[in-house]
Amino acid sequence: MNKRLALRALIIFAVGGIVMAAVLAGMYVTRPDNTALQEPESETTLAAPGSVPIGGDFKLVDHTGQTVTEADFRGRYLLIYFGFSYCPDVCPTTLNDIALALDQLGPEAEAVQPLFISLDPARDTPDVLADYVQAFHPRLVGLTGTKAQIDKVATAYKVFYEKVSPAEYYNQTPDTGDGAPAAETAKTAKDDYMIRHQGNTYLMSPDGDYIAHFSYGTKPSVMANAMRRAIARFGTPVTEAR
Amino acid sequence: MTRSFSRLAHAAVLAALVPGTLAAADTTDIRIQEPWARASIGAERPAAAYLTLVNDGEATVTVSGVETPVADRADLHRTVRKGEIMPMEPAGTVDVAPGETVNMMPGRLHIMLMDLASPLNKGERFTLTLHLADGRTLTTDVPVMGPGARGPAQ
Repeated sequence: MNKRLALRALIIFAVGGIVMAAVLAGMYVTRPDNTALQEPESETTLAAPGSVPIGGDFKLVDHTGQTVTEADFRGRYLLIYFGFSYCPDVCPTTLNDIALALDQLGPEAEAVQPLFISLDPARDTPDVLADYVQAFHPRLVGLTGTKAQIDKVATAYKVFYEKVSPAEYYNQTPDTGDGAPAAETAKTAKDDYMIRHQGNTYLMSPDGDYIAHFSYGTKPSVMANAMRRAIARFGTPVTEAR
Repeated sequence: MTRSFSRLAHAAVLAALVPGTLAAADTTDIRIQEPWARASIGAERPAAAYLTLVNDGEATVTVSGVETPVADRADLHRTVRKGEIMPMEPAGTVDVAPGETVNMMPGRLHIMLMDLASPLNKGERFTLTLHLADGRTLTTDVPVMGPGARGPAQ
């Protein structure tokens, strides 16, 4: 009886082992394809315009104080980054990468309008944005608006953002107890809040449709390459000065 | 063990021989490399500074605070990736293990400079002091690069 059970177990193990070996062999054989797919950095996939429901109408104020809508940018590719000008680390890095990508694109960059949309309209007035955007690229346009206008465009682009108060911010990690400045909540000014936000940059078609997005840290060369391919594939409609 | 003891003894002897040098305690175990900061675009916004810490010693060195005359507040912060969101967190204290290097860089660990006395302009330099948990300090001279610089070479 015990012997028969043991034999049965042995057969089950043996069959299981053969099946597993076959599965592993299959995985090994198909691996070259998977490897190619696992390198999104090398070539960004371009979506057919209209196939991804990201983007939409907006009405905002640019850094010169003029009211603009998304229709004002029709005919140009848009490279849109959402952030806030009081952001010291990630936003300047991304805006610099965008500037480098446009420079690498060369004359073709004329077909692309870079936009910085503020998620902090309370502090990012047009004047504040004017100094800011010009520090990164002469063609970068800063956009702000009312909270409702910003909420609308952030929702359309599926950009998550939230305000983080100094108290909340500094309570993220426990006080180390050694008097480290990180615990100095009391000294923190009331309007010193941060904005926690999604860090993608969007490439939109001349008709305002989503083509691709670049996550934080995407190399400027990768962004430039995607824009070059998008322009080659979807063309450059006649642009007219806004 | 003997090396760190002799280093301690060396520091003690120096301190005993030259009154007042205790403040400049032996910091040969920890080095700052390639400090740099980004131009601030005005004085209202916080600025960021970055540097590399190298621990050549035999004990962990803990950085507990940052001080600079150019900003009322200077903190260690860390940007982390949470899916597509890149939130910042206070980094608290930073440990540099023996033989290890801690690199600060955009999108990672950085020093946030808040309440600037005046804008940090490209080409300027300022003094930055790291406070170590054991009471020692490390001071360095930080060059200011462009507002979107990626490193000290830009």
